[in-house]
Amino acid sequence: MAATREDVKFLSNPKIGLRRKKYCRFRKFGIKYIDYKDADFLLQFINEQGKLLPRRITGNSLKYQRRVATAVKRARVLGMLPFVADLMK
Amino acid sequence: MRHYEVNFIVDPVLSGDEVKSTAEIIRKDLEGYGATIVAVDEMGLRQLAYQINRRSSGVYFCIEFGCEVADWLGKFELSLKRNERLLRFLTVKLDKYGIKYNDDKRNGLIGSKKRREAEAAAAAAAEANEDVSAPEVVDLDA
Repeated sequence: MAATREDVKFLSNPKIGLRRKKYCRFRKFGIKYIDYKDADFLLQFINEQGKLLPRRITGNSLKYQRRVATAVKRARVLGMLPFVADLMK
Repeated sequence: MRHYEVNFIVDPVLSGDEVKSTAEIIRKDLEGYGATIVAVDEMGLRQLAYQINRRSSGVYFCIEFGCEVADWLGKFELSLKRNERLLRFLTVKLDKYGIKYNDDKRNGLIGSKKRREAEAAAAAAAEANEDVSAPEVVDLDA
């Protein structure tokens, strides 16, 4: 009886190391406006220190990365996001 | 017609009435300049991410308005700057998507369905609580 792929037991998860293609969520889901008052949403684009994440990590297109950046900056002025932080997540 | 949005944070030390009147004065100011008010959104008392003027919380307001000529905006912002009851303000020009987004938000189309339902349930619970507390006040008066 030939062993099918389902029978094979892997020692580690074979999906580890497979990279999923990144995409721009604004283009994919048709989000046209980024609300600078929605701090919970903007939290996805900043790191623990409250810095903006680069495009190579978020996968945003240039157009929307710029808009995310302005939205985060506006939220900072309004005191919804910190300018500097430690372990905010 | 151009649409703008002015956000401001009112000092939380003021009493509820004073906070309301501050927002009302600003709204009337805008009308005085000839702007048409689209919506006044009171976001309520929120925690600030960092201290502003030694306050760690503030009452957020957002007024959306439209106007044909906005050459008075500088004057208006100066009056906000001189207003000692405000911690901070921000005026933003809305593009067509922003106008649509705000419209949808007011009609409850923005956000996941679950989150909207949770918020609606919370609001209903708050109202129910108010109903419970109302008769108590009457008893005290009697």
